[in-house]
Amino acid sequence: MMTAIQGFLGPWWPLVWTLVKILVIVLPLMGAVAYLTLAERKIIGYMQVRIGPNRVGIKGILQPLADAGKLLFKEIIIPAKSNKYLFLLAPVLSIAPALAAWAVVPFSPELVLANVDASLLFVMAITSMGVYGVIVAGWASNSKYAFLGAMRSAAQIVSYELAMGFALVGVLMAAQSLNLVEIVQGQEGGLFNWYFLPLFPLFVVYVVAGVAETNRAPFDVAEGESEIVAGFHVEYSGMAFAVFFLAEYANMILIAMLAALMFLGGWYSPVSFLPDGFIWLAAKVSFVLLLFLWFRATFPRYRYDQIMRLGWKVFIPLTLVWLVVVGAMMQTPYGYLFH
Amino acid sequence: MMEQIKNLFKSLLLLELLKGMSVTGRYFFARKITVQFPEERTPMSPRFRGQHAQRRYPNGEERCIACKLCEAVCPALAITIESEQRDDGTRRTTRYDIDMYKCIFCGFCEEACPVDAIVETRFIDYHGEVRGDLVFNKERLLATGDRLEAQIAADRAADAKYR
Amino acid sequence: MNFETIVFYIFSAILLLSALRVVTARSPIHAALALVLAFFTAASIWLLLEAEFLAITLVLVYVGAVTVLFLFVVMTLDIDVAKMREGFWRHLPLALAAGAVMATEMILVLRTRTDTVAPRNLDTHYSNTKELGRLLYVDYVYPFEIAAVLLLVAIIAAIALTMRRRKDTKYIDPADQVKVRRQDRIRLVSMPAETARMKDEGERMTNEEERG
Repeated sequence: MMTAIQGFLGPWWPLVWTLVKILVIVLPLMGAVAYLTLAERKIIGYMQVRIGPNRVGIKGILQPLADAGKLLFKEIIIPAKSNKYLFLLAPVLSIAPALAAWAVVPFSPELVLANVDASLLFVMAITSMGVYGVIVAGWASNSKYAFLGAMRSAAQIVSYELAMGFALVGVLMAAQSLNLVEIVQGQEGGLFNWYFLPLFPLFVVYVVAGVAETNRAPFDVAEGESEIVAGFHVEYSGMAFAVFFLAEYANMILIAMLAALMFLGGWYSPVSFLPDGFIWLAAKVSFVLLLFLWFRATFPRYRYDQIMRLGWKVFIPLTLVWLVVVGAMMQTPYGYLFH
Repeated sequence: MMEQIKNLFKSLLLLELLKGMSVTGRYFFARKITVQFPEERTPMSPRFRGQHAQRRYPNGEERCIACKLCEAVCPALAITIESEQRDDGTRRTTRYDIDMYKCIFCGFCEEACPVDAIVETRFIDYHGEVRGDLVFNKERLLATGDRLEAQIAADRAADAKYR
Repeated sequence: MNFETIVFYIFSAILLLSALRVVTARSPIHAALALVLAFFTAASIWLLLEAEFLAITLVLVYVGAVTVLFLFVVMTLDIDVAKMREGFWRHLPLALAAGAVMATEMILVLRTRTDTVAPRNLDTHYSNTKELGRLLYVDYVYPFEIAAVLLLVAIIAAIALTMRRRKDTKYIDPADQVKVRRQDRIRLVSMPAETARMKDEGERMTNEEERG
């Protein structure tokens, strides 16, 4: 069967096969995004002693499909005097990096689209491009609220990327590799070999910076409903808005995935008598995502200058101190604790 | 100084944040008290001020004597009354309109009425489909009253001792 | 012509076009966005040359951080395009001269370096990240550290030069604000009940009791 298709397509086969592999990653991802929105509404609802959406399908199980259908059929309103091309380009700029980063994310030792040598750096580089979607959206909308949201978001994302990058430096010091598969393989052998124990401060910084990077509560000043309406996507409607939404949630899943891979042992099981496998990775990702939602249900929004203080004056010094600790400890006989 | 160091470690350990998360985490398992509205309803007071109705006496005679007190008291000027003498010598309304677009459901009309003719019922599930649908005339008010008379009478009786 | 060559020419065309847009675009925003595209395409070409570490670093540093700040500044500027274009003809000779110098330099460099070779086909386990690290931190560690110190000096100098505190403006310090504890601001005062107070108004002050 495969060889028949291969023969039929001839030189186009590698291209088609890569596209198929991309689809195999992106489609379940989109499904996960859709159901993450439902999970968010349900979980936050439960934490607020509500029950969340429960009308579409049994217990609201079809709610994401209804939302998607609604957004698909709504009109995309392009504001007068906006920059039309950039206005329509912005959602694309926002979602493309969120999806492109998945190219190097491993799901198991073999199951990875592109096992790039410097995959950790690749992920960092690609996710750092997500900020353009926000900036361009804010500028092209020709609206002061959108613009303020874009400015806030740009400054915030650039600041927290530093803290996040430093947290990842700790991981690559411990793993002595930039390759995500090798980083996970460095954590083989049960719960106590996972990096979140020796690198605990970096793990906390990474998760919090991840929340800030994705503009989620309590760092959602870029949206800030109470001050700047909805921030950078205030002028967007219909599918263009939905694409921003997809990008935000895809980024959330990506951050959770990376946290699971780098700090929580990826696909390794926490105890030796249970087999390793993708199910563990999924469980860890779900746990980090639950944390994201839990934060949103718990914490009030940070004030903007406090966000900047937290990023520059707390997280960056904290990570630097811990990097020095890790580096120094590696030279001592106890260095094995940090590998 | 000692205090500052203590506070620094406290904030680094994120104790306050964990405390907050434990609260929301506990409420995650709390009993949910959401009322599923169309199927379930919250209890309603007998004094509830919903849709208006005109009542009749048990013999079928309408109660309203066109004294126009409700029209006078209405703060939103939602009530319009015209009246004339009937053949048997009593004064009755020929027109009794309540503009529900204007009505603020204050219940003053009900309080002003000397014969308990205009009342506000507990009924709230009504709507208008075309413009002007929510200007209730005398026929509609009387029809509502006829339909809900049992409940109206029960509510008046329940509330009588507080009036 | 194999697949890689086609991709190379496509990327080159995009790179040249976007670089051209950087200098010809009317709106500085468009110029900055074209610059982003140019950086990104350059990174892609480096990827074709199997220099993935450099390519990724280019995207990470220039696209992810530097150009964002560019855009940030450019967007908040109030730019009058007409006014900016006023001096075009006046500055043209200078610009042409500078361009000519740059072009000759580049031609000279490219003509003398005839020994450029295609990247060797290295085995799959070859990691240019590691090689680069060895070069920077083993072979050339002192020049590298000196460069780093120079940059640090420049950063500190820039901060020191621009740091000035105006005395007539009021500042808030978020660090001070988050340091505040409950007991710094709240004083619980226990007062006698309303009726007792009415009865004994005179003793009210003495009955006040402070807690915390």
